[in-house]
This record gives sequence, C-alpha cells and structure tokens, in this order.
Amino acid sequence: MTALEAVSRVALEILPADAVITDHARLRTYECDGLAYYKVTPGLAVMPETAEQLATIIRACAEHGLPFVARGSGTGLSGGALPRADGVLIVTSRMRAVREVRREDQRAVVEPGVINLDVSRAAAPYGYHYAPDPSSQQVCSIGGNVAENSGGAHCLKYGFTTNHVLGAEMVTPQGEIVQLGTMAPDAPGYDLLGAVVGSEGTLGMVTAVTVRLVRDPEQIRTVLAGFASTDEAGAATSAIIAAGIVPAAIEMMDALSIEAAEAAVRCNYPEGAGAVLVVELDGAAVEVEHEYHEVERLCRDNAAFELRVATDPEDRALIWKGRKSAFAAMGRISPDYIVQDGVIPRTALPEVLRGIAELSQTSGVRVANVFHAGDGNLHPLVLFDDGVEGAGEAAEKVSGQILDLCIGHGGSITGEHGVGIDKAAYMPKMFNDADLDTMQLIRCAFDPAGVSNPGKIYPTPRLCGEVPGRHKEPHPLQQQGLAEVF
Amino acid sequence: MNTTAQTGSRQARPAEVDEAARRAVASACPASDAGELDAVDGVQAALVASPTTADQVAELMRACAAHDLAVVVRGHGTKLTWGRPPERADVIADLSGMDQVLDHAAGDLVAATQAGTRLADLQKVLAEQGQRLSVDETVPGASIGGTLATATSGPTRLAVGTPRDLLIGITVVRADGVVAKAGGRVVKNVAGYDLGKLMVGSFGTLAVVVDAHFRLHPLPAERRHLGVPIESADHAYQVAQAVLHAQVVPAAVEVDWPSRGAGTLTVQLAGIPEGVAGRTATALELLGDAVTEDPTPPEWWGSYPWMDTTVDAIGARATALKLTFALSGLPAVLAAARDTPGAPVTLRGSAGVGVVYGAIAPDCPVEAVREAVGRLRDTCTAHGGSLVVLDAASEVKQEVDTWGPVSGLDLMRRVKHEFDPGRRLAPGRFVGGI
Repeated sequence: MTALEAVSRVALEILPADAVITDHARLRTYECDGLAYYKVTPGLAVMPETAEQLATIIRACAEHGLPFVARGSGTGLSGGALPRADGVLIVTSRMRAVREVRREDQRAVVEPGVINLDVSRAAAPYGYHYAPDPSSQQVCSIGGNVAENSGGAHCLKYGFTTNHVLGAEMVTPQGEIVQLGTMAPDAPGYDLLGAVVGSEGTLGMVTAVTVRLVRDPEQIRTVLAGFASTDEAGAATSAIIAAGIVPAAIEMMDALSIEAAEAAVRCNYPEGAGAVLVVELDGAAVEVEHEYHEVERLCRDNAAFELRVATDPEDRALIWKGRKSAFAAMGRISPDYIVQDGVIPRTALPEVLRGIAELSQTSGVRVANVFHAGDGNLHPLVLFDDGVEGAGEAAEKVSGQILDLCIGHGGSITGEHGVGIDKAAYMPKMFNDADLDTMQLIRCAFDPAGVSNPGKIYPTPRLCGEVPGRHKEPHPLQQQGLAEVF
Repeated sequence: MNTTAQTGSRQARPAEVDEAARRAVASACPASDAGELDAVDGVQAALVASPTTADQVAELMRACAAHDLAVVVRGHGTKLTWGRPPERADVIADLSGMDQVLDHAAGDLVAATQAGTRLADLQKVLAEQGQRLSVDETVPGASIGGTLATATSGPTRLAVGTPRDLLIGITVVRADGVVAKAGGRVVKNVAGYDLGKLMVGSFGTLAVVVDAHFRLHPLPAERRHLGVPIESADHAYQVAQAVLHAQVVPAAVEVDWPSRGAGTLTVQLAGIPEGVAGRTATALELLGDAVTEDPTPPEWWGSYPWMDTTVDAIGARATALKLTFALSGLPAVLAAARDTPGAPVTLRGSAGVGVVYGAIAPDCPVEAVREAVGRLRDTCTAHGGSLVVLDAASEVKQEVDTWGPVSGLDLMRRVKHEFDPGRRLAPGRFVGGI
C-alpha cells in the first residue's frame, strides 16, 4: 500500500465517501489556484468537516511523511495552494460555520472555509463588519486570508488580516490541535499567531479563527478625481497624506488601465484623464464632511480637472466599478498579461513610475498601472500576446525588472498576493541567507519534517529559476463573475 | 492547555566568568565589571557589555556563545525586573548607547531607530514633522527595544493597536551571533515570515533586537477627554459599551478603578478640530450629566497603577498585574478586584480593549496576594483572557505562578530551542521557564 493509499484509507474511515477524492478527473478540479499558470494534480483531496477530522488526516500525513497543502476557495494569486502530486490537498470548503458573532465583545468566531464577505454579512445586523476586504471577498475564505495575511483597498486605514485576528485553533504539522490567542488581546507567551498569519500554510492549518469586528462607519464618501498624468495624481496623494488625513483607501489608475476599464465596464471615468484617483473617506459624518472638502481642495491644487463625489452605495459602486474591474479588463486590450504585486515607499512613486515607463519603452512591452497609492502597493499589469514568439519571455523579463525596481527603492516583492511558488526565487533578492535561515528556524519549530505546504515561499535549489506567473486567461471564478482580481 | 512550570524555586547561579571569557567579551565591544546595580531581579551579573553597533552586538553574542555566557539585554533598565528572575545573567548587554534615530521618512509615514533609543526621544524627532509612533510611553524613560521586548501599550492601542501592529521591519542578532532582518521599510509587505511579531513580547529570550522600523501616524490636531464618574462595575460596562457601539470613533476608552470608592471612565476623542467637536457633542449625549470635558488627560492617564506607590521605604516592589478579557468580562473583572481580602487591588487601563493593569501594594501579605491573583486570574480566564504577574517582590514571585496557564507552550519551547538552543538569552525569565 502506498502512503497516499494509506492516508486515503484513514480519510475514508472518518469522512463520507464524497469527501475523499481519488478520481483523477475530479482531482484535476483542484490543479491550480487563482494563478492558473502553475498546474499540478493533487495525489488526493479531502474535505474534512471538523478540526478533529482534519487533525486525523494531518497525523496520517505526518506518519507517512506525505506533504499536505491547504486550500480554501482557490483564489490566491501566487500559487500558494498549488497542490503536490505526491501529497494531499486539504480543502476547507466544508468548514463553513460562523460559530459566533458577539457584538458586546466585537468578535466573531468562524471556521476557515467561511467566505470573507459572509463574516461581514453575519455582523451587519449589529452594525459591525470584518475590515480586511480583499477584492475577492465574495469568494475567498478566511483560512486563505489568514494564510496570506490578506489586505484589500481599505487596509490603508484599517490594517491587514494580522491586525484583525485575535485567536486561532490550529492543527500543527504533527496533527496536534492547539489554541493560539483568545477572545482577549495579548495572550501570554510568544506571539505564535503573529508568525502563523501570513505563513502561507507552511506552519499548519487553522480550523477556527477569532476575528475582530469593526463598527460600521457613520458615513462613507468616495471621490473620483481626474488628472492629466500620474505625476499630478501622485502629488495629490502626497498632499492628502501630508495633511494628516488617513483615507480608508486611495487608489490610482493610469491611462492604459483606464482605457481597459472603459472598454470592459464603461465606467465613464473623466474623459482624457492620464490618471484617476479614487479616494474613500469614512468615519463620523462631521469628520468625513470636513475631510472631503480638504481632499477636494488638495486635488484641485494639484491640477485635478474633474471631481465627482459619491455618498450613496449605488454611486460608490459605480466609481469602484472601473477600479475593481481593472485587472480583468486587461483582456480587452491584451490577449495575455502578468499581474505584478510590488511595494515601494509611497514617495518613490513618481520615480518608480518613470522607471516602469522606461522599461516599457526600451522593451516595447506595454505596462498598465493600477495601484493602492496610499500605501505604495503597485499592481503593474504587464501585457503581451503569447501567440507572438518571445513575447511571453519579454513580458516576464519586464515583470521581473519591475520587482527589481521595487527592491531597489527599499520596497517589497509582494504587498498582498504572497510569495507562494511564484516568487520564491525572488526572496533572495530581498533577504540574504542569514535572514532566510532565521525565518527557517520558525519553520523548523513548527514543521521539522517539512510536510506543511513544502516548496512555497522559500527558494530551494530545485525550485530556483521559476518564472513569474502568466495569466493566460481569466480565472474561472472571474469568468463566472464571482470574483474580481484586485 | 499547558501550565507554566514554577521556576521560582530554581537557584540563581552566581555569575562566574573566567578570564578568557572576559577577554572575549571585551574584544567584542566596550565592557566593564558589573557593579551592585547591575543585577537582574536579584541575579548578579559579572560583566556589562556596551555595544554601539549591530556588528558589535554580533561579535558580543559570538563571544558569549563561545564561552557559554548567559546574556540579558538591557535598554534603560526600566523594566528589568519584569518576568521571572533569570537563572543566570553572566553578561548584561547594555544597548543604551545604540540610541540613534536612523531615519524618519515623513512623506512615507515610517521611521527607523536603533533599539536603545528612548521612545520619548524618538517621539521628539517625529513630532518635528507633526507625526508620532502611536505607542504610549507607559514607563518613563523606556527604550524602543524594551518596549518591544515587553510589548507595553497604553490608551492609544484602542485605535491603532500595539507595537506589534506598528512594527514593519526588524533587525535582530541571534544567540549565535548571526544578524538577520525581516519585514522592511514599507507598511504593506507579506514577503516571508513575520519575525518581528515573534520578537514583540518575547522578553529578550529569542534574539537581541538592534533596530526597528515602524509605521507612523499624524499627531492629532486636537484631543478631548470626557470623564465619567463610575459608581459600580456594571456602570463602567454600560458606559464603555455605549461609547464603543456609538459613532464617536474613540481614540481611547480608559478606566481608573481604585481599590475602593468611585472610579472614572475617560474617553479620548482625537483628530481634526471639526471632527472632535462633532463627535464630542455626540458623546456628551451618551455620557450623562456628570461628565467632565478637558483638553488634557487626567493625571493617571497612560500610567500603570503600580507607579503611583511602587516603592516603599525599604525598596519593596508592588505586585504588577496585567489582566486581559473579552469586553463583556469588564464588570466581572472590576467586581473581582473589589473582593480580594488583605490585598486591595487598583485597576487601570483600556476598558475599551479588554486590557487593564493592576497594582497590589508592597506591604500586603504574600498569601493574600497569592489568593487575589488566583481569584482575578480565574475571572479573566472565564472571560477568555489571562492574568500575568509582570513584576513583584521576590517573595511574591516565589509563591505565585506569575505567567499562569499558557496555551501553545510546547510550540513556544520548540521556537525557543530553534533560536537559542543553549538557553543563553535570559534563561528562565519567560513563560514555562523559557
């Protein structure tokens, strides 16, 4: 009996037959996550319903030395949930209970398969929501959010998943169930939860998550400002930050991404704009009102030629529509594209954008820029036609050079999409051997056998040389209109 | 759930450092013989080493590794007695000379500083550009490194979190002398494990933090403090809940709860003047007639209750407690603090967060302190939280389980073993004898 057969037998003892997938055709459903460039059919897929079942399966994996990979909704953009042909894919889609919503404690306890937006939906009757809002929030799971330390447009003001997770029940790579953190803040001992959030499934799997709920703001205002170029839009962003205003979000799109969005969703952004800013303000009504006038003034001072403001949800949705559709819209102007995710210090924005323009000019590869301007998180979209010989390679080169540009300006190779399998080869450009070795100490403490999502985040010789992921087609979830890549 | 082992009975080893070890330390960085004041919670050190660069810290750690010397890191020594006494403290690594603010990129709202820099000194530099690190100086004179090591926080945590939430990058020197960094200087970054979070609150038992990068916030243009006299534990809860669920976006909700009589619950509103004025109007409607309004905070604001009367004539220490609980546990915790015979407890802290601090006077009988700690710990645990005795007189530390039950202790021991297999960084000071 092979190790896979042995684990599958254990799974069948505790799970219904339809929760243990061994059929190759069905297994292929899980061959990739949101980064469809990488595909591996898992050796086995299981769908446990309880922490105990999940722990039993992981214990069996540990016993047989089989690698396991956690998968939530499969919306990740760095191949973090790429399965192993020699391993087990543990899917959390049957762990979808919102266990508790406690208004008085401003907490919810949810299972890992719960959809991000469903946490906010459960809290809505109490006037609360879950703040981290990745754009895939209609489909992405909390377990995946914990693995990736997901952000979202509003993390500028509200922070990331790591700032909103207070506790987690976790199954270690040895199959032990441990509780890290609680309802209350500051659990005594090392902040293991702080290490687990964002560890991309390499330190174990969470089976229940205690999250902070945030009071809904009294008022939200969304401003759309059109500028002649990204320079003016960038200057307006700096002016807003310098004025001491912390908007909920500041998003920027350049001419090419506006063109694509117009073609895709007719968002009706200001005509002739070389750049638009979407600035969202939220909070107490009187404050938002005042900040709105400030933002309006600062945008006009920095040569905004058109300003629109939305206060009701429909108008807001209209403004956000262009921004949220920007990635998928690339299909309208290019057959293929690479979504990049780099971070720079915000003040380096003009310089880095010029650098990207130069790269584009010298290589002849078009790059559209969409980004979270408030925190310097760039999403350059590198456009190419895979039908043209060498075009894919040229695009990959430019995409990599953009990351080099980010690193050169003291930034990061990923702000929210994660390292996964896609960027493991870039880690040594940002961290030296000692840094990476030190991070490995954490891995060794949690998973000495290296069975929990091995091969992700950290480069190993056999993984070196991989190329950044290409988006050859929209993700199936995008095609169905269930998710937007943001 | 694992339970912290009692480590108080372990005998502190007197520091004996041979000549070769002495020379190795001295060749790493400036070093001198430890004096009487260079003890760590009663454990006498042999040497005080005073590195001024990360390279010197690395050299020092290598020397200590080669000669099996235990190292306790000291910033400005304001919390050196917190935790349990170390089993040994051959060398005190005094980082007070590493006090440079390395960078303040105001446009990016980030700053970098060496670990020995005093928090207050960093704030002065940041304030020149109208910014701050949103960490309260709860212990006067504290360094950045010490603030990270003990994860201290104050009223501001309600709005922006604690040092863990603001730390974006870190450089550490491991017990084996390897220098490593994690994170970076940008606020949004998910590349690699978040080593920084592991360091925050680790009491110097994993590695020596040499510098840190933080995200900053603009200094609020205006602050307003609304104080409500509190008659009962339930009253405090009603007021706190009313404020939290309303649209006043409080910057802080603090309670001061003496061992007897009325307490105070104070709400801080901060931001632009127009916003603060509007939210103050909303809050005043909620808070009733007895509310007071003041631009400056009350005297007790942002200080720990044991600082009021910490030290008596013979230098005894008050028992310093940190209590955490789910927000709905507030009335039970406040009530429990009024039911500790022989060991009156003063509570103060973030009622709007579920973290308050407690002080028991130094002259209370040890047995009464032990019972009070047990009772309060039971209450906190019943409400999803914990109680830690941060500091106390030696006789109290010997009799009381200071760290209390710790969940995930086995994993913590494994982390410690990976980072410091020789147990040379503040051995015994942390949870479970780590």
